[in-house]
Amino acid sequence: MNDTIAAIATALGIGSISIIRISGEKAITIVNRIFKGADLKEVDSHTIHYGFIMNGAEKIDEVLVTVMRAPKSFTTEDVVEINCHGGIAATNKVLEMLLINGIRLAEPGEFTKRAFLNGRIDLLEAEGIMDLIEAKTEKKRSLALSQMGGKISNLIRDLRKDIVEIISHIEVNIDYPEYEDIEVLKKEDILPKLEKIDQKINHILKESNDASIIEDGILTAIIGRPNVGKSSLLNVLLDEEKAIVTDIPGTTRDIVEGLVPIDGILLKIIDTAGIRNTEDKVESIGVKKSYDFIEKADLILFVLNYNQSLTREDLQILEKIKNKNYIVVINKVDLERRIEVEKLPYEKTVYMSALKKSGVEKIKTKIHEMYHLEKLETQDPTYLTNARSLALLEKAKISLENGRKALENGICVDMAEIDIREAWSILGEITGDTYTNELIDELFSRFCLGK
Amino acid sequence: MKYEVIVVGGGHAGCEASLASARKGHRTLLITGRIGNIATMPCNPSIGGSAKGIVVREIDALGGEMGKNADQSLLQMKMLNYKKGPAVRALRAQADKVTYPQNMLQTLQNTDYLDIKEGIVEDLIVEEHKVQGVVLEDSEKILSNMVILTTGTYLKADILVGDTRRREGPNGERPSEFLSDRLKELGFKIIRLKTGTPQRIEKRSIDFTKVKLELGDSKLYTFSHDNEAYYQVEEQIPCHLVYTNEKTHQIIRENLSKSSMYGGLNDIEGIGPRYCPSIEDKIVRFSDKERHQLFLEPESLYYDDIYLQGFSTSMPYDVQEDMVHSLEGFEHAIIKKYAYAIEYDAIYPTQLKQSLETKLIENLFTAGQINGTSGYEEAACQGLMAGINASLKLEGKEPLVLRRSDAYIGVLIDDLVTKGVRDPYRLLTSRAEYRLLLRHDNADLRLREYGYQVGLIDEKKYQKYLDKKNKIQELTNLLKNTKITPKKNINEYFEKIGSPILKDSISLYNLLKRQEFDMDKLKQFIEIPYDKEITEEVELFNKYEGYIKKAEEEVRKMLSLEDEKIPDFINYDRIKNLASEAKQKLKEVKPTSIGQAMRISGVNPSDISILMIYLKKGEKNGK
Repeated sequence: MNDTIAAIATALGIGSISIIRISGEKAITIVNRIFKGADLKEVDSHTIHYGFIMNGAEKIDEVLVTVMRAPKSFTTEDVVEINCHGGIAATNKVLEMLLINGIRLAEPGEFTKRAFLNGRIDLLEAEGIMDLIEAKTEKKRSLALSQMGGKISNLIRDLRKDIVEIISHIEVNIDYPEYEDIEVLKKEDILPKLEKIDQKINHILKESNDASIIEDGILTAIIGRPNVGKSSLLNVLLDEEKAIVTDIPGTTRDIVEGLVPIDGILLKIIDTAGIRNTEDKVESIGVKKSYDFIEKADLILFVLNYNQSLTREDLQILEKIKNKNYIVVINKVDLERRIEVEKLPYEKTVYMSALKKSGVEKIKTKIHEMYHLEKLETQDPTYLTNARSLALLEKAKISLENGRKALENGICVDMAEIDIREAWSILGEITGDTYTNELIDELFSRFCLGK
Repeated sequence: MKYEVIVVGGGHAGCEASLASARKGHRTLLITGRIGNIATMPCNPSIGGSAKGIVVREIDALGGEMGKNADQSLLQMKMLNYKKGPAVRALRAQADKVTYPQNMLQTLQNTDYLDIKEGIVEDLIVEEHKVQGVVLEDSEKILSNMVILTTGTYLKADILVGDTRRREGPNGERPSEFLSDRLKELGFKIIRLKTGTPQRIEKRSIDFTKVKLELGDSKLYTFSHDNEAYYQVEEQIPCHLVYTNEKTHQIIRENLSKSSMYGGLNDIEGIGPRYCPSIEDKIVRFSDKERHQLFLEPESLYYDDIYLQGFSTSMPYDVQEDMVHSLEGFEHAIIKKYAYAIEYDAIYPTQLKQSLETKLIENLFTAGQINGTSGYEEAACQGLMAGINASLKLEGKEPLVLRRSDAYIGVLIDDLVTKGVRDPYRLLTSRAEYRLLLRHDNADLRLREYGYQVGLIDEKKYQKYLDKKNKIQELTNLLKNTKITPKKNINEYFEKIGSPILKDSISLYNLLKRQEFDMDKLKQFIEIPYDKEITEEVELFNKYEGYIKKAEEEVRKMLSLEDEKIPDFINYDRIKNLASEAKQKLKEVKPTSIGQAMRISGVNPSDISILMIYLKKGEKNGK
């Protein structure tokens, strides 16, 4: 079990920092390969180093890397921890880079398991770990199952089918060399097939990147009449000046997206245009979209002005969202109260001042309560599965590429098949069905052989 | 008179098993139904083939007999897959069905410590889960320390033709009626398998002008590492090729219900091999194929039969006549022996240890078709391993267990004892995940050491192997240490053969890595005083180093898991959190290592984690 494993050790989300932990004998060498900064192979143990994670010439993230050499580490193996700063996408990309470079994604609880197996933690904890492994795996399994119903998994199964057709044909040629009515696959036959498979992989990769992981999380709509402070609320939540905040009603016509991590869960925030009955054409498109987003959103933050009394529109909206997850956010509490709070649901209402940046924590706490966040796994497997699938897909692509190169360089078909077969088994890791008997079944069902 | 080892059955497994234990100096008795039928080839007259040919080399490397015996009985030899690549090359020989058994019998008879006896074994003497000997049908008891069952298809064998079933083994020999019942009583799970064999046709009755000629290779080869050839390249006997046609298919379709397998018999239990379906199977399953290939293989120089490979069937005799006569060139063919299917009992092989000793009865080993395999080579290699391991047990030593990365033999035995079988098991290159390492050319490099250690390889052969190994190292060093520098004449030559010109000096070893270069081209720079056997090995490693290293890395990972041992006293019921399917499978297979446990279908990675933690915990508690 001395292969090298990696996983994101911190809670999921755009925390300011996320840590990727790597453990195993190749931890230092492989991280060093993609790290621009100090030579990690030379640095002292338990030191921290500033630099960049690179993908070729491209900087992926600005990071701090900690090196802990065996045996003085959590797992007693060589351990490297990468502190990523670039948010979820960058962290994901760094993890992907590691996986492509030959590190395996850790199973749930695997670091702890290694720590135990290597004698680092004691017996009492063992039972706990076993429960953990089982619980997490069960969850992962059911999750994986639900995901596997999806489009991507079907596409990957198709890819595997394409590949196994090539492999089983090559295998039949090898195992039954004297059957001349089974056409012998040559380089010229295989190359176009590989090309086609490569195109399919590229397509999936593109689709997967488009539907990036960032879009997972709770789809949240901030709604309210113009100028109640929706953009301000977004800014406060985002903690930076991303959206334009003005006093002129109706300036936020475009839907602005923002991402807010709350205890490991991502809010995907849609800043809707001010909701009001408007004659303005451009604005009305925005308003219509806002209503659409009430329908689509998982969570609605309904912003009201403390300084204004409730309008008919406000009450209409309240009626419209009553069966959804929502929070009434009353902004501008620094001003004089004109709002009729008694008409609002008490337990769903929070007060804040975007201007003074106060009350934001109360919103987060409310969301936390509503979604029972403390009960969610910190290392959410959906996210990892995605990162993992993408990395595996990239890896499969590289294997196929190697196979293609080998064929083009005149290497015999049975060698190139090793690469092609590797791609097939990597894809199987995504869908969870890597088993050689599958190949043998294929062999006998597709070809007519016998004595 | 008490023996140390009794081998029951004189087929390919039984011969290797009894030779191995007798050669190791243990008093051995081989019991066979008929001495005249020892080492016969009841099916095709050939030895080797893809993967199987490599097994024959492995048997030879370990000190077994099959390779040498085949070399002495050759009618034709071919190197298969020569162009497909070094990892999949394998020898296939046509062997003489008269000479092969004769030579083998002679070897057996000339072996010290080995007695041969005719008889049918119907019972085992078992005391306290330990085998003590065998009982023959006439109630004679023979005692021994070890018993190796290599009964082939002879346990309750039934020959099936059309709607008839009769209790009989191959070659008209009597089967064992009660031994499999006895095994069942002892607690073994018995399965029923089925296989078949095609017609033999009288050679003179075939019009050879209408069939295609298939010649042997023009290069001389041997299975044995002794490299002693007993045949002349130009005197090989040819094979021929013929195709089925629409008329053949029509006859089969019209008579399908008469085939034993398609309704002729309604009491078929046996599961036939997927890799060699009967001709009716092929026509039903691949109905779009207009023709199927049939090979005409000569059986012997001493009689006239031609084996019609690919025409295996369980049709009644009259339909077989029509089928055969429909083939081009076979209009007047005379069938000397009709095709038949055979059903027989076998032991479900997960009941065996990696050493081929049964888990239920100590000192009882099984090898060959009784373990659910098919093929002479598969049988022989198991026989050899059972013979070696029974001997090692007598000597109080650890068994020899070949790993999946050591040999096809290791793949075969591991598959059997870990995964069990559904249909008769045939070796295929696709079953070996490290086939790049398990090559024809390096069987001795992989296995001679083991053969020497168990005492089946003599000093002379061992020295020859060491010498080969040293020379490979020498030549590799020579090429690595010899550098050529960019000179005008050298670069002109490079340009001529389309190789990038030199800017710095380069070692010959690295030069050899270039596609445009081979060992012969290096000879202009340096003298290479080594045999082809050595140069080919070095060149092969050089050219495929990347792939080989990758495979070796995989093996290293696998082996570290094989080293995580599971004690045989483990109680899976006591492991909390283990999935129930995994629990049941683990109890059945009783894997000896984590590596083996991982290969059991139905055992998931999380079960493995839990198992590892449990084991570690036990270890700590023990301290």
